[in-house]
Amino acid sequence: MLELRHITKIYNPGTTTEHCLFKDFSLTVPDGQFVSIVGGNGSGKTSLLNLICGSIAADSGEICMDNQPITALREHQRCAVIGRVYQDSSAGTAPHLSVLENLSLADCKGQRFGLRRGIRKERIDDYRRELRSLDLGLEDKLDVPIGALSGGQRQAISLLMATMTPLRFLILDEHTAALDPKTADIMMALTDKVVREKKLTAMMVTHNLRYAVEYGDRLLMLDQGQVVLDRIGGEKTATTAESILSHFQTLSR
Amino acid sequence: MTDLLVSTLLQGLIYAMVTYGVYITYSILDFPDLGVDGTFPLGAAVTAVLLTRGVNPFLTLPVSMAAGALAGLLTGFIHVHLKVRNLLAGIITMTALFSINLQLAGSSLAIGREIDTIFTAPATMALFGGLTLTGRKLAVTLVLAILAKLLLDLFFRTRAGLLLRAAGDNPTLVASLGKDVGNVKLGGLMLSNALVALGGSLACQELRSFYATMGTGQLVYGLAAVIIGISLLRFYTGLFHTCRTSSPLVRFFSSPAGTTAVLVGSILYKLCIQVVLSMGLRADLLNLATAGLFLLVLVLSGRKGEAIIHA
Repeated sequence: MLELRHITKIYNPGTTTEHCLFKDFSLTVPDGQFVSIVGGNGSGKTSLLNLICGSIAADSGEICMDNQPITALREHQRCAVIGRVYQDSSAGTAPHLSVLENLSLADCKGQRFGLRRGIRKERIDDYRRELRSLDLGLEDKLDVPIGALSGGQRQAISLLMATMTPLRFLILDEHTAALDPKTADIMMALTDKVVREKKLTAMMVTHNLRYAVEYGDRLLMLDQGQVVLDRIGGEKTATTAESILSHFQTLSR
Repeated sequence: MTDLLVSTLLQGLIYAMVTYGVYITYSILDFPDLGVDGTFPLGAAVTAVLLTRGVNPFLTLPVSMAAGALAGLLTGFIHVHLKVRNLLAGIITMTALFSINLQLAGSSLAIGREIDTIFTAPATMALFGGLTLTGRKLAVTLVLAILAKLLLDLFFRTRAGLLLRAAGDNPTLVASLGKDVGNVKLGGLMLSNALVALGGSLACQELRSFYATMGTGQLVYGLAAVIIGISLLRFYTGLFHTCRTSSPLVRFFSSPAGTTAVLVGSILYKLCIQVVLSMGLRADLLNLATAGLFLLVLVLSGRKGEAIIHA
């Protein structure tokens, strides 16, 4: 379970550009829930993910994972049980390392990065099988530097890497936004499959209302740091992209 | 002529250690570490003091490296924990080390002929006793330069090595792997500065002296050698790009390691300097020539100083 309790976040405090994004913001995400988050630019979607991952610090309030406060933990410490995929497809991989080296690194997460051999030869067949299941022709490209691949291929590998080792939470930050429609569809289907198979608790920020409606068990709409729409279960199933869009247009601009 | 080539090769091999160090910080970690100009004479100062106190010359190598690693730790601490920009962190270390080197060894310290260096020590004589002094110097530095290269190549393939390369490539990834990128940088800086100090130790033993200003221009030297090496590597691998063969021998020779490239770069850059000197340049204008050559290398390689990450 992921809990945000009474979070306050002020940007540029004490200056003329001071901006209070979150004020007494609380949110509870139960285990195994797949939450889609929509909202306009500056509504606080990405800040919310950054707060959870520790990329930015809250000014007050508490963030708990499984009832353990993690507010004092640094980003890399929180990442031990969090997998994250970013909008920028180059953020989740090391471009000058080969596909095999990247996958091996991800595979070592949670272990010591000592002087043992980095490439896990015994796992190459597994990697190849996983890559083949992506259906992007990556299984023959183990020795290619990731930077030479297309954005869609890199993003698919990012998702694979983020979910390779046991984890609890998956954080998706507009991870299909930079992809073409077809690749984005493949990516979403893949995401859903991983979340279900690994029984992850997932939070996905997206600008694609269709994805927000089709995927996930819960839909949140944020506006100016507040939840203005929260639909779960049957209520969520009954929600259409059109109704979300019309709701979106009524928001204060 | 042969003498000139031999001494160029010798210098290139000694300074290859500096080049390896700069390769790790500048090329892999994307960290321009000016501390190098202080760490190189630190290695020399430590060596000069130890040798004049009668310490076994081979022992000076690991001690110099440890001193260099400490200097790297200082730069890293200033950058990672005190959050000072990388360039400034290196400048602070360099400036501080200048005084420390003076404290250790004075403004200069000569190592008398009666004192053994690694080039005249009994162990070296047993191995390469049949060679002249120059021959022994060449043999010892060649062994060390190649040994360091091989060990680095092995290290880059370990988990820690992969993490180091990833840290320069994409720090966000290191954090998502649950590792503190600051610690990885600290480790990289320590390794780099240990190698640079080792270069200082070798230079000191070859010269039989330490002088406080011997660090000036070392970073520029290392950068030029790295950029020459990497540019040649790109050109070289490009030659093989069209020939698609699966012959393991061709594959081996078509993709040399970055360390091999910068070793070659180190020797070539020394050759450039030697050529300039042999054209009649006064030795006191050497740093002017070094800077000019570096500028030439930057412009010719088409890389005006942007990151050249390549592992």
